[in-house]
Amino acid sequence: MTERNVNNKKLALTGGAAAAEALKQIEPEVMPIYPITPQTPIIETYAKFQADGLVDTEIIKVESEHSALSAAIGSSAAGARTVTATSSQGLALMHEMLYIASGMRLPILMVISARALSAPINIHGDHSDVMGARDAGWIQIFCENAQEVYDKTILGIKLAEKVKLPVMVIMDGFNTSHSVENLEILETEIIKKFIGEYKAETSLLNVENPMTYGPVALQNSYFEFRIDQEKAMNEAIEEYKRIAKDYAKISGRNYDYFEEYKTKDAEKVMILAGSAAGTAKVAVDKLRSQNEKAGLLKINLFRPFPRKEIAVALKNAKEVIVLDRAQSIGTNPPFYAEIVNSLYQMPDTKYKIRSFVYGLGGRDIFQKQIEDVFSGKHKEKYIK
Amino acid sequence: MEIGSVIKHDLNKAPHTGDWRYMHPEVDKKKCIGCGTCVLFCPEAAITVNGKQETMNSKKKKGTAEIDYDYCKGCGVCAEVCPEKAIIMKKK
Repeated sequence: MTERNVNNKKLALTGGAAAAEALKQIEPEVMPIYPITPQTPIIETYAKFQADGLVDTEIIKVESEHSALSAAIGSSAAGARTVTATSSQGLALMHEMLYIASGMRLPILMVISARALSAPINIHGDHSDVMGARDAGWIQIFCENAQEVYDKTILGIKLAEKVKLPVMVIMDGFNTSHSVENLEILETEIIKKFIGEYKAETSLLNVENPMTYGPVALQNSYFEFRIDQEKAMNEAIEEYKRIAKDYAKISGRNYDYFEEYKTKDAEKVMILAGSAAGTAKVAVDKLRSQNEKAGLLKINLFRPFPRKEIAVALKNAKEVIVLDRAQSIGTNPPFYAEIVNSLYQMPDTKYKIRSFVYGLGGRDIFQKQIEDVFSGKHKEKYIK
Repeated sequence: MEIGSVIKHDLNKAPHTGDWRYMHPEVDKKKCIGCGTCVLFCPEAAITVNGKQETMNSKKKKGTAEIDYDYCKGCGVCAEVCPEKAIIMKKK
């Protein structure tokens, strides 16, 4: 731990405002935006900063999310540091462009307030929207609270620009995006120095070195570009760790691939991501006070998924309990499938792995329910 | 291969028409009256009418159309619009 910088500010902010605060310090050159609940606090807070002259950012107000990401792709290809934000249906509408951003290797940062998908229409938090984008070639980082949103937005932009892949920083809609929490804001100068100035290696606006972006690539080369993209994604695992370590030096907060909470000697390990981790930690504490060996593994980095590292972290567990806040209708839920995948490579795969789905459409999950899941009292797949 | 399938261009060569051009226009200098219609229609702006004053059969001419084959794509618009049928599309 580094010593606390006395100039760091303590603020009470919603998750959305915390993201905007981080963006203010990043000060992107271009930000194409289209509002959608619960992403609105991010962009409205940022738009206010811009209107007040605190940031020098070109905000492009577009007519849909499809256009927002399209404008972001154009801006990033032109060589500008580019950021956007969305939720739910907005992310679904962006879907076509998600693959173009990652295929063109553009380091766009997108802050997401994860929200349920329609139909039936629901504006509250769950992970259905981001799970729909999990194979789109974007790096996905989950946040538990406002502090993590602030920190990981800064981590995210640095990671994106380093590995040339777009990044989603994901907070739970309403649970995090609209809840006011205390958090620590670092000095702008320190952040600016940490992320550095962005200079695109290739850019459309460089007239001395003309480029074609998004050309056709058929049978003879498309395959190779896709392999390259996967290689970059695999490199992002190492790079994430390095950047997180560097960030820990300036902030004192280290975000590994996942947070291990009392897992060292745990027999039962619960795995989840996002805001429910707070409740789960309280439940783990209570079970520990009753001499039950419970632990929590909170996923921070979901894409690329650190399979090996998770398998190693779980090697002493007897029972693994995976909680998903999304379905994968027709097969097993996303986190569960990833964990089974990761553990299968271990020589001794005699784990008992249980899968649960919670919190769809913003349904609350309570400490008691998590305790019941740990103890085995709760048997049904859905924690309603 | 470049990252993100970007294609870098050599400014000296890049905009030139490749060897894929199937037909090319040829100007019959005798028929051309130098009216400049083709100049306006050429989508590549590859035609100029040179300004030399020439006399032929005691008629004053403004000059004749000249095509820059580095940029001409062989689309045939000039041959289509020429009022004197002085431009003819030919294969290589």
